[in-house]
Amino acid sequence: MLEVVGLGKTYGSGAKAKTAIDRLDFSVETGEFVGIVGPSGAGKTTLLKCMSGLLAPTTGQVTLNGKPITEPPVEMAVVFQDYSRSLFAWFTIERNVELPLRHGGNRIKDPAAAAAEALKAVGLEGHEKSYPWQLSGGMQQRVAIARALAYQPQVLLMDEPFASVDAQTRAELEDLVLRVREQFGVTIILVTHDIDEAVYMSDRVVVLSRPPSTVQEVLTIDLPKPRSQSATKTLPEYAALRTRVYEEIVAPENRPSHV
Amino acid sequence: MPFRLGTFASRHSGATILGGAGVLVALAAWQALPATGIVSSTEIPGAAAVLGRLVELLGTGDLWKAVGATLAGAGLGFTAAVVIGVVIGTLMGSSALVRNALSPAVEFLRPVPGVALIPVAMLMFGPGLSSDVALVAFGCVWVVIIQTLAGVGAVDQVAVQTARSFRLSAWDRIRFVQVPSSLPFIATGMRIASSIALIVAVTAELISGNAGLGDSIALAQSAGRVDDMYAYILAAGVLGILAHIGFGGLERRLLHWHQSQRAGV
Amino acid sequence: MRWLNHSRSGRVVVGATASALMILAAWLFTESKSETSYIWPTFGQVWTSFRETWLFSHVGSDVWPSLRRMFVGYGIAAVAGVAVGFVLGSSKVLDAMATPVVSFLRSIPAAALLPPAIVLFGIGDLTKIVVIAFVCCWPIILNTRDGVLELDDTMLASARIYGITGVRRFGLIVLPAVAPRIFAGLRISLSIAILLLVTSEMVASVNGIGYFVFLAQQQFAVDDMWAGVILLGLLGVVLNYLLSLVERFVLRWHQPADHA
Repeated sequence: MLEVVGLGKTYGSGAKAKTAIDRLDFSVETGEFVGIVGPSGAGKTTLLKCMSGLLAPTTGQVTLNGKPITEPPVEMAVVFQDYSRSLFAWFTIERNVELPLRHGGNRIKDPAAAAAEALKAVGLEGHEKSYPWQLSGGMQQRVAIARALAYQPQVLLMDEPFASVDAQTRAELEDLVLRVREQFGVTIILVTHDIDEAVYMSDRVVVLSRPPSTVQEVLTIDLPKPRSQSATKTLPEYAALRTRVYEEIVAPENRPSHV
Repeated sequence: MPFRLGTFASRHSGATILGGAGVLVALAAWQALPATGIVSSTEIPGAAAVLGRLVELLGTGDLWKAVGATLAGAGLGFTAAVVIGVVIGTLMGSSALVRNALSPAVEFLRPVPGVALIPVAMLMFGPGLSSDVALVAFGCVWVVIIQTLAGVGAVDQVAVQTARSFRLSAWDRIRFVQVPSSLPFIATGMRIASSIALIVAVTAELISGNAGLGDSIALAQSAGRVDDMYAYILAAGVLGILAHIGFGGLERRLLHWHQSQRAGV
Repeated sequence: MRWLNHSRSGRVVVGATASALMILAAWLFTESKSETSYIWPTFGQVWTSFRETWLFSHVGSDVWPSLRRMFVGYGIAAVAGVAVGFVLGSSKVLDAMATPVVSFLRSIPAAALLPPAIVLFGIGDLTKIVVIAFVCCWPIILNTRDGVLELDDTMLASARIYGITGVRRFGLIVLPAVAPRIFAGLRISLSIAILLLVTSEMVASVNGIGYFVFLAQQQFAVDDMWAGVILLGLLGVVLNYLLSLVERFVLRWHQPADHA
């Protein structure tokens, strides 16, 4: 469904040019959960911006259902890391969730109902009239997730969505995302620096090399579903997979590959 | 490499060049106004005429006397305001009792438009420098008080406690912790007060007829000498910029280690 | 002592007591001077003048013209200031070009602009409106511009992702985001507007509160002068308070972080 073909991004030019991504090739199938990890500095955020149409690549392209992405496509929603800056502070929770449905790219007939359903799915029933600053960090991120879900995207991109919350909240939110994926059947691409999280949640994990980044490795995660914080994480297969990913990231071979 | 005007503008050199271009455009427009007959040159003389007259005036005593008188009024009033303001602000910042006692008075007197007191000052002090000084002092003191108050209050308690744990004397604590923490705020207050001082001085001169740039502007206007009038206005603007650069520079030097700590302006 | 200094009621008591003492001192001072000096009228004389002049005989002839001039000038400054501020905030080129000129124009003491305005427009309402509008727009322009420059990238990216564009983007997202900054500029400009109103009425006017105060001083009608000064002070307090009410309502969602 989503194809990354020969993607490259270089910032600046001449002597001060910085190549974040050299060449990335991978694809995401419908309904899949793909995690993207890499060492610090690997162009994870750059990749996400190119995939979401926020940034134009220098070389290559990203296609969604065969069409190249040049602008944020209406079939795609994004959850950013910094919830306090991605939500709109002057609107209530429900207006925040409704906004893309009333005034955005996916205008539907009954925005209020869709918003209410999405908020219920993320467990924020009863908080509709609150303002973002009145909620905790984890709850604000839930609002961002609800907003993305109400938008009825085919693909949900998440940019280190749980990096700004504490560990316990992170675990809750991870399970929440897995649940809503089952419920809404949406394809999810998760960019994260947290290896445990990537392995726990994904069907496949794409490992990026250090910049100029390429696809270092793609691992299939065949852990049983539904995943569970207590059961899955004690499986020997889980430990083996996460060790594998970890070694890929810190390995001396994790240098930019020369084409 | 494609040339992007936006990127050019963000660089310091680009911004300076564009700024210079802006000045030239403004001067050209100013010169064109009377030249094209939109306004008559007896109402707004062209840029060349005014600038020429300003240069002439620089050679005469009139301009410098006026500048001196304005600076005297503004300077003395500013100094008085700073001294009084720092003292009161420090007292209010150090003692909750004093702060609670004086706050209502400060909050009530602060919004009084200084201009409204010009007639009062004229009655109290008669014509001459002292009424200007008093008005400037009244106009400026509130900013200094509030900034000093904020400066005293902004002292990091951890820094104070660290100093005490190293057994520094009270005098040393004041020297090495209290004063450096408060100085940036006081410097900000002085910068704001300096522009207030100039504005109040010129306004007072305009209304009361005391000597100074404000008076010169008014006299030129009533005598119909528009070139002179605009020349004096430019001179006042230059004074304003010099004050801003001077005190702004002082503020930056004291703030260089302590950015983003201002008591709301 | 702790209660006195740090509780809310303690603060009120200390503040009220100190203020009462200061007012008492002022009252005693003016009473003692009433025979000897012509500058200091007694409280009673000022109150009489205040009641007879401003409640309400001179409201139509002086208060209303003053307020009218100020609001028209301030209103123009607000609208034009926000518009120009948005332009300067959106275009780095225009901003760079405008900066030196704007800095210079701002440095001219506002009162100095009255004589040229008189030359152009006479001593009627237009002069005052033009000067107030011209001077008051700068703080609004600069604050609006800063607000635009501070627009958060993540917030704007969210808007792009969800396809919120054009006028809707401006009205629903950009304008509310810049609003706190706009109000900061409006607050500063309001104080300037009041000052300029009084100044312009003392320099060139035939009516208005400022004109009244100036005339009273010329005629040594000291009680009238002080009554007018007090009215001006009250006007400043009331107008600032009204603006803060509007601000608190419009920005009821706003939680200010540390402002640099």
